[in-house]
Amino acid sequence: MTEPLLSLKGLSIAYKVGAHDIIAVEGATFDVQPGSIVGLVGESGCGKTTLARSLTRVLAANARIAGGKAVFCGQDIVGLSERAMNGLRWREIAFIPQSAMNSLDPVYTVGSQLAEVLTRRGGMARAAARKRSEELFEWVGIETNRLGDYPHQFSGGMRQRVAIALALALDPKLIIADEPVTALDVIVQRQILDQLRELKERLGISVILVTHDISVVAYVCDRVVVMYAGRVVETGPMAATLTAPAHPYTMGLRNAFPDLAGAAGELTPIEGSPPDLANPPAGCRFAPRCPFAEARCRTDVPELLPYEGDHLAACHRIAEAETLRARAVASETWEVPA
Amino acid sequence: MRDTQDPPLIKLEAAELHFPVGGVLAQLQGRSTVVKAVDGVTFELRRGESVGLLGESGCGKTSTGRMLVRLDKATGGRVEFDGEDISALSGDALKRFRSRVQLIFQNPFEALNPRFTIRDVLAEPLENARIPKTEHEGRILRAMALVKLGDAAQFMDRYPHQLSGGQLQRIVMARALILEPEFVVADEPVSMLDVSVRAGVLNVFRDVRAKTGITAIYISHDLALVRYVCERTIVMYLGRIVEDGPTEDIVANPLHPYTQALVAAVPVPHPDQSHEPLPIGRGAPDPRNPPSGCTFRDRCPRAFDRCAVEAPGPTRIQNRIVHCHLHAPET
Repeated sequence: MTEPLLSLKGLSIAYKVGAHDIIAVEGATFDVQPGSIVGLVGESGCGKTTLARSLTRVLAANARIAGGKAVFCGQDIVGLSERAMNGLRWREIAFIPQSAMNSLDPVYTVGSQLAEVLTRRGGMARAAARKRSEELFEWVGIETNRLGDYPHQFSGGMRQRVAIALALALDPKLIIADEPVTALDVIVQRQILDQLRELKERLGISVILVTHDISVVAYVCDRVVVMYAGRVVETGPMAATLTAPAHPYTMGLRNAFPDLAGAAGELTPIEGSPPDLANPPAGCRFAPRCPFAEARCRTDVPELLPYEGDHLAACHRIAEAETLRARAVASETWEVPA
Repeated sequence: MRDTQDPPLIKLEAAELHFPVGGVLAQLQGRSTVVKAVDGVTFELRRGESVGLLGESGCGKTSTGRMLVRLDKATGGRVEFDGEDISALSGDALKRFRSRVQLIFQNPFEALNPRFTIRDVLAEPLENARIPKTEHEGRILRAMALVKLGDAAQFMDRYPHQLSGGQLQRIVMARALILEPEFVVADEPVSMLDVSVRAGVLNVFRDVRAKTGITAIYISHDLALVRYVCERTIVMYLGRIVEDGPTEDIVANPLHPYTQALVAAVPVPHPDQSHEPLPIGRGAPDPRNPPSGCTFRDRCPRAFDRCAVEAPGPTRIQNRIVHCHLHAPET
């Protein structure tokens, strides 16, 4: 395996709320290889957005990185000075937010916003910036004559393309995309995902795609990282993880998801809701909703261990994953948590 | 759709909902235009039927839903409920209509008064309908059992912020169902919920249908979800119906080129899926200035001369209705 582009080792992020620390991300460990798309999946409040934002160090004022490392191209960005971090943003690591409308300035044309990034951050001359802007618009499939338009003149999908063009402006190695297609209709969503994949193949960039939608992961990602209540519970190659999940939470997610290609079968919810991170349960945090939980699950935190090759899961019953998978398919299994 | 002796509960005939755009100045200068949010929509719903209204944002699905419960009054055509033109209703007749139809909103986090306990939330419609106080408790408990919040006692005195999204959406449904309406319009009821709880709310929706025989419209942009709760689907594009038929047939064999693109665009949750480019042109059209003839023609890979001059009318193919010249008999 090649040297990873980004390597997280035990990364923890805490929010200060009143006199207490709430650990939103605890000990996140995974790698992002060059030229790959990694899906970061989980429900609201699982820490996926916090984790993504920490990688460009644009966390909320009451949040801080409480431990661990995030090694990007050989340097740990956790300890970097704000000035050094600023040098990485846009040039090396770029961010695509969920709502492009919020990231674009409504009073400037999109062309002048692109030009600003290219000249101020990238040190380009005006003419070169203009040429580069046209090239970026072509890449993301917007006609170059729209560089003079304002953000409100674009549809939601087109604005998301503008946000991708902005992220690509300075030729970064890593793009962090926070739910970039969640607010979009299926057709536009598909076109944006195709765009991301094409850019990965053509430019060799890597993408961390934050999403709650495992269909999106299945469509575009090479690897997947599943988070639950602040912890990584499973990670591995996309196909292996989705077809043969080793963690009961991933098994449950799969059951809860409608599949248009399959028969119109039953959808099975995971009963209950994620724990309050201000007062998380001991042991495995999924245990209260898990139909396979045993006594040790409620006391001991399971480690993220290899299941098969580079497919890892944090479950005490990892050795029985195949049996659990077979049982997880039946909806009765999920009716009452153990 | 199907031949039946029963008169339909809902009947739309060339229903229109047009909004003027542009200010007073534009009107004086004669520059004002209309956005045709709903433009000549015709369909019927039998009692007990559950129909998905499917389409992208701006296709008119929510406007159609609002028109059906008379939150908006049709600006043209006819909207009938149980044989009556609802545009003409007023006074007591309108009040009676309002107790027979209900709307379930998209965002449960905003749909409930944060200062009301769950008991107050559910009692409010009963009070408005002058249901005697002695009946409240029983009705509330029945409604909560219907949405599978069986352990009602633990919720009654809580406030909305103390409940999870899935529980809130069930309360929103209980509130909509407490007056035992005959018809309900649910507008993207699970789009704000997490995946793991979404399935639970959809199951409740299916259960309620089975137990009460309620007639329902389910508005969504997600065919995979519509398929789960509706046996029939109506696909809309730019204010018009493009296809109407049994959901399974539409999923397996979409006839309209737009529906074909829509079905192909839905990602599936496993690795073996097509990455073929979508059979559709880029760029959503401007609703103020839609193309002539068939409004889908500028994105349609199979458009031909006739599509630019003539809007396609309904063509019945077995148990489906398609609005497309490709399927129309030669004229």
